[in-house]
Amino acid sequence: MLPFLFRRTFGAIVTLILLSAVTFFVFFAVGDPALMSCGKNCTADNVALIHQNLGLDKPLPTQYWDFLSGIFVGRDYTIGHCSAPCFGYSFATKQDVWSTMMDRLPTTASLAIGGAIVFLVIGLGAGLLAAWKRGTVLDKVVTGVSMVLSSVQIYILGPIVLGIFVYSGVMASPKYVDFTSNPGGWFMGLLLPWLVMSTIFTAQYTRMSRSTMIEQLQEEHVRTAKAKGMPARYVFLRYAWRGSLIPIVTILGMDLGSLFGGAMITEFTFSLAGIGRLAINSVTTLDLPMVLGVLIFSAALILVFNIIVDATYAFIDPRVRLS
Amino acid sequence: MTDHVTLPAPRDAAPAPGEPLLVAEGVTKHFPIYGGFPFKRKVGAVQAVDGVDLTVHESESFGLVGESGCGKSTTGRLLTRLMEPTSGKITYAGQDITHANRKELAPVRSEIQMIFQDPYASLNPRQTVGTIIGGPMEINGINPPGGREKRIRELLETVGLNPEHYNRFPHEFSGGQRQRIGVARALALEPKLIVADEPVSALDVSIQAQVVNLLQDLQRELGIAFLFIAHDLAVVRHFSQRVAVMYLGKIVEVGTRDEIYNRPRHPYTHALLSAVPEAKFVESDEDDRERIRLAGDVPSPVNPPSGCRFRTRCWKAQDKCAAQEPPLLQIAGNGAGHLTACHFPEEPTTAARDEDIVLDPALAAAEEAASQKPADDAGESGTTL
Amino acid sequence: MTTLTTTEGTPVPTGSDPFLSVRDLYVRFSTEDGIVKAVDGLSFDLERGQTLGIVGESGSGKSVTNLAVLGLHNPKATEIAGEIHLDGQELTGAKEKTLEKLRGNKMAMIFQDALTALSPYYTVGRQIAEPFMKHTGASKREGRQRAIEMLTKVGIPQPTLRVDDYPHQFSGGMRQRAMIAMALVCNPELLIADEPTTALDVTVQAQILDLLKDLQQEFGSAIILITHDLGVVANTADDLLVMYAGRAVERGSVKEILTRPQHPYTWGLLSSMPRLSSDVNEALHPIPGSPPSLLNPPSGCAFHPRCAFTAEVGGGRCTEERPLLPEGRAAACHLGPEQQHTFFTEQIKPRLG
Repeated sequence: MLPFLFRRTFGAIVTLILLSAVTFFVFFAVGDPALMSCGKNCTADNVALIHQNLGLDKPLPTQYWDFLSGIFVGRDYTIGHCSAPCFGYSFATKQDVWSTMMDRLPTTASLAIGGAIVFLVIGLGAGLLAAWKRGTVLDKVVTGVSMVLSSVQIYILGPIVLGIFVYSGVMASPKYVDFTSNPGGWFMGLLLPWLVMSTIFTAQYTRMSRSTMIEQLQEEHVRTAKAKGMPARYVFLRYAWRGSLIPIVTILGMDLGSLFGGAMITEFTFSLAGIGRLAINSVTTLDLPMVLGVLIFSAALILVFNIIVDATYAFIDPRVRLS
Repeated sequence: MTDHVTLPAPRDAAPAPGEPLLVAEGVTKHFPIYGGFPFKRKVGAVQAVDGVDLTVHESESFGLVGESGCGKSTTGRLLTRLMEPTSGKITYAGQDITHANRKELAPVRSEIQMIFQDPYASLNPRQTVGTIIGGPMEINGINPPGGREKRIRELLETVGLNPEHYNRFPHEFSGGQRQRIGVARALALEPKLIVADEPVSALDVSIQAQVVNLLQDLQRELGIAFLFIAHDLAVVRHFSQRVAVMYLGKIVEVGTRDEIYNRPRHPYTHALLSAVPEAKFVESDEDDRERIRLAGDVPSPVNPPSGCRFRTRCWKAQDKCAAQEPPLLQIAGNGAGHLTACHFPEEPTTAARDEDIVLDPALAAAEEAASQKPADDAGESGTTL
Repeated sequence: MTTLTTTEGTPVPTGSDPFLSVRDLYVRFSTEDGIVKAVDGLSFDLERGQTLGIVGESGSGKSVTNLAVLGLHNPKATEIAGEIHLDGQELTGAKEKTLEKLRGNKMAMIFQDALTALSPYYTVGRQIAEPFMKHTGASKREGRQRAIEMLTKVGIPQPTLRVDDYPHQFSGGMRQRAMIAMALVCNPELLIADEPTTALDVTVQAQILDLLKDLQQEFGSAIILITHDLGVVANTADDLLVMYAGRAVERGSVKEILTRPQHPYTWGLLSSMPRLSSDVNEALHPIPGSPPSLLNPPSGCAFHPRCAFTAEVGGGRCTEERPLLPEGRAAACHLGPEQQHTFFTEQIKPRLG
């Protein structure tokens, strides 16, 4: 298992370096970033100054090396020292890219992790229940509802929820409140975004959890457990459920990207100041350092979570752990 | 046991029905295993087949028996060149095909056909029976007189299927019938050799006999040589004129049917024959066969035992067996062509011994306990049916 | 027209009831294609300490019968009728809780493929200890101790270490031994072994069959041995039930059935099976055709489309009237005892070599 994780980590690092190189060259080699940084009233002198400030007069590989080393050891600009991890300064706000992202991270993290907990708990739970009560009215209701909800996109559900709960005055407008200072406010502020964001995932995970459970219940080892006299509920939870988690974890690993995308759309829908909105804003304003920073950072996060997912297999399945 | 004079075995000295058709010399197949830390590299090899010598003569039925993992299926795939051997030499009708490429193999391919175990998996479900059987003719551009369809209908009849079923799909047939379709496909190019890999083991007993009879008729009437690979010793005995016994990638004994089944010399052959559960159809018949119960399972072919590979489960093993690999030779007392790879061969009989050989510790312990307890409670209650 | 004569085999009062008694068992599955009559009126008895072999080809209903004894069929998709008495207790209508108390305790099962029948997620020791702890109320420590004891008994080397291994770390033969240990952990009085050695190599099969016999001596269990291999029952069972298309077609002691079989299907089985001692110059005599579909089994005697002797019975009885299986040593066939004897000795016996 350890060699496997080592190889995965190594692979992730290579992926990140390649990703950063490609995006860096695409952004900085095509067109002149100084023009974008300079703004509307731009003189030739200004552009030259910016070139010098940003090191744009150096050859491209050097620029890339400066950028890459800046992430690990920090970097000196004419306007001052940018300490590691340094992703440069925003063209739009002139703020440090890293600290801007760190300001926004709690919102996105709360949204994504909270949403994931919501859809995993509700989705897996509903799926289990439907499989346990297979063929009953309850099963049919759960299956039917999840079928409908699995096609409801965030950008459709969001405005509807806002209309019903917020504009009518039933609930306050969603906002991000720091968890450490006011946990209650944090929870209430994110409740609607969580529900909106996780609806489609909940529906999909319900269906998946139900079908993998039903598949597992046909397994021979589940029948053996019954033949040993183990109670039905025990067999269901200890024997069948364990096996049903493996395909679910696989899909979860593939869904991490969509989860981040979902968080992005949700932030936009509910006007929350998270990394997703930051990304959208910086793309529309061509704020290249910010776009690059967000891209590399989110890619790194997804890769880390993917490794965590791979390690999860080992916890679930001893055949993976001991091979 | 008398003396152990061993004579070098002249290859093909056995009375065989024809000229050597397919000859394997020292054929070896190792599958590499990758692993290691931090970077993957070759860390070992599954020694699936390790130096196999065998000869199949024209029109001969040659059986290859052994337990799972002994390499018999891999051997079949090597000899038909569905796989390329790691080393060794394969000659077909005098032509070296060991490393022959696609083009060089093409003419040989039409003469060697294969029948597989699983009649469900080896037929394309989207093709009609006619297309399946005609496939080999189409690939090889063969146009028999009267057209392909006529020939396919003849083939269907040969294997005992209704020629009218030409346009049906495999799922419309039962397991036994599907295996017949596989046989018809193998016959399409009028092969000289058919390699049948467990052709009946997926079938029910009554159907098994239908397919065995069919293959036997083909072998006798069309003069096709067969390499019959199976784990069922009784089926192999029924079908094969000569038989080779494999264990962990090596042939341990080869000889005529009578030699292998009635006068085996290798301890493994003895153990194998003794393990077959045999139904007695005659009332007076006591089981007069020797009883040998080995311990444990077959070792892994990744790390086979040194010297003789059977020594870890053999009751006669001595230091020499670990140090020195026994060559496959005609040992003293054997007929020509009866070759055995053993340093300490057994007597050539399968009759019951004075004392059973029970190596399994749990079994030995249970039998020890049972023999000390007087059998007083036997036959007390009978089953009323 | 099929004149389905009512029940077959009313139990003959023999003083004490048999340990396991199955009477007129019907098991039907509803599928998309229709109703599968998997078991169609089956009766048999089994005494303590005895071994009953059930032989048949795939689809003969031999496995389905035994899953019904343990009550392992999904009640929603299965219709079960008839009576199953285990030690006087009725099982067909029993509550799930009652069955749970019996399974793994008084009656246990060994399945064919230990690799799929054991859970890959739990250690061998835990899987063996589980039913012991459940049925005896033993603690975890006692359960583990018992698991080690059982592993020793079935011949797993280094049981104190291997108890913590997972099934995939065992070889095929060892896994089957672990499965036997699991089935025997509560000293069951009835052990059902469903093709227990079919997935194993022949040398390992011999070890395991002998071990099963020895353990039966020690535990005194009654065993039902389900197999397609007549060789296996010949060496292991006392009595034999031959099944075809969900029905029992012949029953008797192993010796009786192998030496003086009465039913044409049994004749077919015996003469289609090559043996180590049979004459290689005698061709095999397969049964023509294939086993019938259980969705729509043949009328009358289910074997009639494949039977060579229907003309000898005459009057269309084979296609119209279902033959009954009388109590005791008998075959469900319209041929008279004289005919059976003549045909067997004159036509079948010479083939058997």
